[in-house]
Amino acid sequence: MLILTCPYCGVSGEETEFHAGGEAHLKRFGPGSSDADFESYLFHRENPKGVHFERWRHVSGCGKWFHAARCTTTLEVFGTYTAQTSEPPQSIKDAITAKRPGWTWRDFA
Amino acid sequence: MSTRLQTGGRLIDRSHREGFSFNGKRLTGYAGDTLASALLANDQMLVGRSFKYHRPRGFVAAGGEEPNGLVNLGKGGQFEPNQRATTTELFDGLTAESQNHWPSLEFDIGAINAKFSRFLPAGFYYKMFIHPRPLWKHVYEPFIRNSAGLGKAPQDRDSDRYEHFYAFADLVIIGGGIAGLQAALTAGQAGAKVILMEQTAHWGGRAPVDGVTIDGAPADDWIAKTVTTLEGMENVTLRTRMMGAGVYDHGYVLGYERVADHCPGLGLPRHRLWRIRAKQIITATGAIERPLSFAGNDVPGVMLASAIRDYAVNWAVSPGDRTVVVTNNDDAYRTAICLKQAGLEVPVIIDARPEASGALPEAARALGIRVETGKGIAKVLGGKRVTGVALCAQAGEGAELEQVPCDAVAMSGGWSPVVHLWSHCGGKLNWDDAQAHFRPDANRAPTSHDGLPFVISAGSANGELHAAATLGDGDAAGKTAIRALGLSATAGGVAKAEAEAEEPMTPVWIMPQGAGVKLRSKMWLDYQNDVKVSDVQLAAQEGYESVEHAKRYTTLGMATDQGKLSNINGLAVLSQSLGADIPQVGTTTFRPPYTPISMGAIAGEARGEVFQPLRRTPIHEWNDANGADFEPVGQWRRPYTYLRNGENRADAVKREVLNTRNNLGLLDASTLGKLIVKGPDAGKFLDLLYTNMMSTLKPGRCRYGLMCSENGFLMDDGVVARIDDETFLCHTTTGGADHIFAHMEEWLQTEWWDMQVYVANATEQFAQIAVVGPNARKLLEKLGGMDVSAEALPFMAWADGELAGIKVRAYRISFSGELSYEIAVPASQGRAFWDACIAAGAEFGLMPYGTEALHVMRAEKGFIMIGDETDGTVIPQDLGLNWAISKKKEDYLGKRAQQRSHMTDPKRWKLVGLETVDGSVIPDGSYGVADGINANGQRNTQGRVTSTYYSPTLDRGIAMGLVLNGPDRMGEVVEFNKVDGTTVAAKIVDPVFYDKEGEKQNV
Ligand SMILES: [Zn+2]
Repeated sequence: MLILTCPYCGVSGEETEFHAGGEAHLKRFGPGSSDADFESYLFHRENPKGVHFERWRHVSGCGKWFHAARCTTTLEVFGTYTAQTSEPPQSIKDAITAKRPGWTWRDFA
Repeated sequence: MSTRLQTGGRLIDRSHREGFSFNGKRLTGYAGDTLASALLANDQMLVGRSFKYHRPRGFVAAGGEEPNGLVNLGKGGQFEPNQRATTTELFDGLTAESQNHWPSLEFDIGAINAKFSRFLPAGFYYKMFIHPRPLWKHVYEPFIRNSAGLGKAPQDRDSDRYEHFYAFADLVIIGGGIAGLQAALTAGQAGAKVILMEQTAHWGGRAPVDGVTIDGAPADDWIAKTVTTLEGMENVTLRTRMMGAGVYDHGYVLGYERVADHCPGLGLPRHRLWRIRAKQIITATGAIERPLSFAGNDVPGVMLASAIRDYAVNWAVSPGDRTVVVTNNDDAYRTAICLKQAGLEVPVIIDARPEASGALPEAARALGIRVETGKGIAKVLGGKRVTGVALCAQAGEGAELEQVPCDAVAMSGGWSPVVHLWSHCGGKLNWDDAQAHFRPDANRAPTSHDGLPFVISAGSANGELHAAATLGDGDAAGKTAIRALGLSATAGGVAKAEAEAEEPMTPVWIMPQGAGVKLRSKMWLDYQNDVKVSDVQLAAQEGYESVEHAKRYTTLGMATDQGKLSNINGLAVLSQSLGADIPQVGTTTFRPPYTPISMGAIAGEARGEVFQPLRRTPIHEWNDANGADFEPVGQWRRPYTYLRNGENRADAVKREVLNTRNNLGLLDASTLGKLIVKGPDAGKFLDLLYTNMMSTLKPGRCRYGLMCSENGFLMDDGVVARIDDETFLCHTTTGGADHIFAHMEEWLQTEWWDMQVYVANATEQFAQIAVVGPNARKLLEKLGGMDVSAEALPFMAWADGELAGIKVRAYRISFSGELSYEIAVPASQGRAFWDACIAAGAEFGLMPYGTEALHVMRAEKGFIMIGDETDGTVIPQDLGLNWAISKKKEDYLGKRAQQRSHMTDPKRWKLVGLETVDGSVIPDGSYGVADGINANGQRNTQGRVTSTYYSPTLDRGIAMGLVLNGPDRMGEVVEFNKVDGTTVAAKIVDPVFYDKEGEKQNV
């Protein structure tokens, strides 16, 4: 059972306090988008062995959505950050690079 | 025979006798006994029958690894099957029964399976059940049902109490042997907050039994002194009878404390589950001796050498008068010496090694014990009890050299560290060739949230099997933990442990090594699941090369003991069969819990009334006192109907529907979701959430809206009221209140975070009472306080005001088709308003109605119900709700998805009404059948029923359903299937059965 730190209220809590919300940084495609883009937005997900970006909600706490950068094999948490961004902040990227040099994930590195 | 020795027994108190019963027989033991030691003291070696062949089985071990000694324990509400007699502490009045036999333990009919053992080889289940099919019902299934499972399922509700504990620690140490105690001492002295747990009732582990001395004195002295020291430390918590059940992510540990198993009746909780967060964990879980694989190694009386030593030293029980020891290592000689010194006979020590010249073998010879090296056991003689062994050369094929009479066999195939807890969270293992076992690799420890190791292994669990090294290893583990915690160790040396030196062991996986198939099919690997050497070899021949596949194919290690004795032996046989090295073949995965824990402990206090919160509306008590027949709706309890004198449910629903249509009904609608959406962008936000346009709604007005997922499917519906320019109140379904609130938050926070909107869930802040029927206005006018006329408050409008002296918000909305007001009042006023309606309503024929009448009336009006007409695959267009989908909006959630080819396919089934030709009610879940059959040989279908009811208003069966080309087939008759295989004919009609023009609700 993971321990995550909510970047809004600062609480480090048990996994049961949070609710997992799938992959982070999806770009929404709405009306007017191509079938391929829409399909990718709705269904195509990363399934990495290693660095991953996820959405979580502090559901039994402050209620805020946030992002977590995590290793799916070792469960190491590189950091958590606000959900109001379309890409991980540089500090998070740096933290990952320090632990997993050469990492890539979708368009990020 | 097995018996109690006249003297000795370090754990028993001969001054306290405890009476117990086994299979109805009255027996006695001593305080400090386990059920196993007490049974053996009463010469009860035979304790059960094996799973598959029903072979007679006796105790093999003395601890948690015991595979055979499982009993049904207790009676009535305290009955529990599959309890290990070796870990059950004796108490006065204990009742136990053996398992898996019929009609009796001594004479068992199922044992006939053994005669057919060649028909029950590895993978039997997989091979036999494929064909022929009819045999399933008459042969295979009855066979499996009779032989599946060991103990009986409890019949009564568990009468005991269980609880959860939450704890936080710097360091959790699992295992209270000398390594664990030393680690606790080292860490405790450095100031770490330590929890030390030991699964048995006693500290010290094996050291006292093995004759270890510490600082020149018996180990017991050092153990007692150390426990006293630790008890004096405020930062150290000590717990016996507490097993480390599992190690999980980020330092989460489950401790399973058996608080009252040994002392029932004191009112204590039986078990306590500790949910602990630890910064560091030390697994000092010891090691388990391995059996040897020789023919007949499952005959009662064949036991682990260490177990025989345990029974003799701890409980003064001698499993046999004459015990043959068979070994591949020096440690087992301790058993021979211990028995000889207790005055028992050891006819021979059979040592598979070519030579045995260490201190222990020499000591055995000095006591006059015959030692035969290079030898093995060809087979064990006897059925329900060992009567002797046949010796052979270990190097040969099993030609008998001589027979030695005996009534017990002490076997030792070497020791395997208990690496389970190390491995639960990803700790890796190395193969140790010299000791022939897997041991933790400290360089590949489990890592935590920070990527750093958080589990340390110590003592024999770490592969340090010899006492001298064990203490030092415990200290080293304590120091490693201290460093990781950022503390510093205090000065001071470690006590010096001493035991006889041991010469190297030699791995022996089969005895004798050239044994033919006849012998190999009598060599048991897994006692509990009846898996033999020949089964694993067969699996390998048949291509099951992966250890995980071989495990499942043979069921090796899949019983309740999870292969604690069989794992390494089975793995070795498999790797030999494959011609591969053991490390290449690898182990199966170790999963928690270490040994089974009770379901009660997992549930804790969460049972009965506190299993989950019950949500009660402000009207709940009135409902309860006035005949409400409740149904669960999520965590709410809503009245399905209100039963009056002697009515059945159907009659009550019929009465409620007719009364509401003709006079006046009252509905407790408080559970409806009420979400307040507020802010400058509220309208814009709701335009994106609902399929229809909400931003154009005028303050004071209401609009029915549909909400879809991004995948296009209809997920919720409800009436939205615009309170003012920036404020909307969105009604959701009862079940949708929480998740639609979460849905709104998710989109606001993660996609449209630039919008200035707040959402608040006010569901529980308001009671909502629907006043429904032709007399609705009359009632409200009698209550008085606001203008509820059609002019002041027209259909689909709302107004704030006062009724019966209570501040209300009245909505003119209708889910029944009748003149209807939904009155929202602060929750605290809900009951008062309800009571006022009841009191004033008598003259208008007022009766409360429940959810079923609500459903029937909405179906009569052709209104959809989320969860009936929708199931996660239905889009609004399927339901003829195009009028509620804005064509003007560029975007809303689900719009793009609804443009996909599958969603615009004209062949999608569409909503229609269905009227049975004979007036009967179509069964729930019925399908409209079509000509021909599909590829699976099933009838083709052309639609399905989504709602079906008896309509009291029309006095006939009515239904709604999704039908192929339905709206274009009005008047056509379609057959719907029934459970009995026949069909019922139904005419396709408009889904609005009642008041098609909507005149009644709009007056
Ligand atoms: Zn938070």
